[in-house]
Amino acid sequence: MMFSSANPGSKKRGHSSDTSIKINHTREQISAWMFCAPMLIILGVFLVIPIVMALWVSFSDWSGRGSPFSSGVHFIGLGNYDSVLVTPGLSQSDFGTAIRNNAWYTLLVVPLQTLLSLLLAVMLNRRILKAKGFFRTAFYFPSVTSSVAITVLWLFLFGSTGSINAVLSWFGINGPNWFNDPRGLLQILFSHLGVSQGPALLTQHGLLGISWWDWLSGPSVAMFAIMLMVIFTTSGTFMLMFIAALQSIGEGTEEAAIMDGTNAWQRLWHVTVPQLKPTIFTVVTLGIIGTWQVFDQIYTGTRGGPSKTTLTPAYLSYSAAFDNQEWGQGAAISFILFVIIVVMTWIQRQIMKDRKMSRRKIAYYEALKSETRGLSNVSASQLRGKGNPDVANREGKNHE
Amino acid sequence: MSDRNTVHARIASADGSKRASRTMGKALHRVFSSSWIIYVVLIMLAAIYIMPFIIQIATSFKTDADAAANPVSLIPAVWTTAAYQRLFLNSDFPLWFKNSVIVTVFVTTGRVFFDSMAGYALSRLHFRGRDTIFALLVAVMSVPMVVLLIPKFLIIKSLGIYDSYFGMILPLLIDASGVFIMRNFFESIPQSVEEQAKIDRAGTFRIFWSIVLPMARPALITITILSFQGSWNELSHFIVATQSPSLTTLTKGVASLASGQLSAGTQYPIKLAAAAIMTVPVAVLFFIFQKRIMNTNEGSVKE
Repeated sequence: MMFSSANPGSKKRGHSSDTSIKINHTREQISAWMFCAPMLIILGVFLVIPIVMALWVSFSDWSGRGSPFSSGVHFIGLGNYDSVLVTPGLSQSDFGTAIRNNAWYTLLVVPLQTLLSLLLAVMLNRRILKAKGFFRTAFYFPSVTSSVAITVLWLFLFGSTGSINAVLSWFGINGPNWFNDPRGLLQILFSHLGVSQGPALLTQHGLLGISWWDWLSGPSVAMFAIMLMVIFTTSGTFMLMFIAALQSIGEGTEEAAIMDGTNAWQRLWHVTVPQLKPTIFTVVTLGIIGTWQVFDQIYTGTRGGPSKTTLTPAYLSYSAAFDNQEWGQGAAISFILFVIIVVMTWIQRQIMKDRKMSRRKIAYYEALKSETRGLSNVSASQLRGKGNPDVANREGKNHE
Repeated sequence: MSDRNTVHARIASADGSKRASRTMGKALHRVFSSSWIIYVVLIMLAAIYIMPFIIQIATSFKTDADAAANPVSLIPAVWTTAAYQRLFLNSDFPLWFKNSVIVTVFVTTGRVFFDSMAGYALSRLHFRGRDTIFALLVAVMSVPMVVLLIPKFLIIKSLGIYDSYFGMILPLLIDASGVFIMRNFFESIPQSVEEQAKIDRAGTFRIFWSIVLPMARPALITITILSFQGSWNELSHFIVATQSPSLTTLTKGVASLASGQLSAGTQYPIKLAAAAIMTVPVAVLFFIFQKRIMNTNEGSVKE
């Protein structure tokens, strides 16, 4: 995706440093390690060691006082994981709620932001478009500004007396009190259809302390406002990635498709998008990784409220540790979150992979191929029979 | 029969390919010039993307009552700079600004220096373990930063640098993706530029500092922008690394404003003014280096 590491000089380099300038070899070894030292120390101290420490904390009953390695701290095995994942209680239902919220958030944000940024890129990639720079700037600028500043702005725009509700009132719509509305979007939809209580099958049973009915309630109105904000700030970055990819594709295939009489829509879906597959893969992966990490917006804006409907695992991990002093649980949640992100990325990779063709399909294509071969032989001989010298010559040449 | 027809058609189209290419130009033109709809869509979308910021600026010059009563109007009923005065003369805002500047300057300088040093070693110097280090670097890049909040706090605390500038700056000094960018840039510089200096027995640091680094200007500008933006906008690290009000950065301070720290009530003009000022440095940087930022991806392939 980024730089091509292929470098024509790379082979020569090894050669020259081995033979002609051998004197400096040991010195080069030493200075190389010195050049890498700051990186190794900082990444080691602030990344690798802390992960090991936190892993220990997630298996311990450390209360936040003193050192986690002092003698008063005990190994409690999977206790923290158990109270988050298995044992019914507040910890479990909070975790379930956070996963529910974030799952809906990812499910809606990733496709929407990918589609929007793709759409923007395709529109801006037209050669003859005027004011390209202006449009790019307009769409990209929100990505540069800090998530805190955007969240403050969003709190105003979507406030109960904010701009969005004022605009909605022009159309006679009574906008909700966005950041204080815990109702799920699907719940609202169901209640319009006259279903206000779920069937007992869904309300009685559940997962992670949350009933199936609550799992299905959809993102809350408050979460929806945050989703719009995130799409607003990330679409510009992904748009730039798509534009870069579109420019490296070039317009040859598209022109060929125009020749074949396709319309703009067909070209987009059958010519451009398939060629963008690697970039779509990158954007979706980055999207999944990013949406499962949402923290700044929650911390600045809603702090998990209203009714915990904007609680996310990342924020829950923070607040469990720093607000409630449940350090073990906080660390456990962050490792579970890590696993979730790895698994999601892996699943997505499997889906995007070129699937092997099934045997039946291969047989079908083989049949098609032989059929066309037969057909073309027939028509060629027929044409030859008609005495078309041009075609006859061409066929002859092909056979030679 | 039908297959015969298609064969005929194909031959006809092959014969008429010259004519087709002539008409193709026209067809292309028709397709593109009829796309005024695209302009309408783009202009509407651009308006949606720009409007929030215009409303933000306008509202920061309104009175509280005006902001609540006319949230859409772009012209304040009464122009007032009360929000800005309050922020600068009667709040901790200048302190937050100062802290953000200090941290950003140190982090950006450090990152540019250390990232390029590590990048140089990983691409130009030959030493045992280089491939292992590079593999580790790529692995580190894939660790989600949010899950590191508690681990980071633990180590900062046990190193005794909690609630200090050290704790704020040190962990941010290296950025794995910056090392990656620099490494890839150095890979593209031909080896021959260093050979003369090597024959003259210049030291590795000398070659790096006075020959290779000046050539890396485009990449250096790129990681400078990325580091500035990253450390100026950083929030979660400062939340877990500091506690005392005297070390509050803009992100942390404005976030506390959002939850109503300065006073009761909404006070939207003050909050929006604070958010607007906070955006100014990154916005200035963005508009100065716009071309480079926008071409980050494209340029990276060429460079």
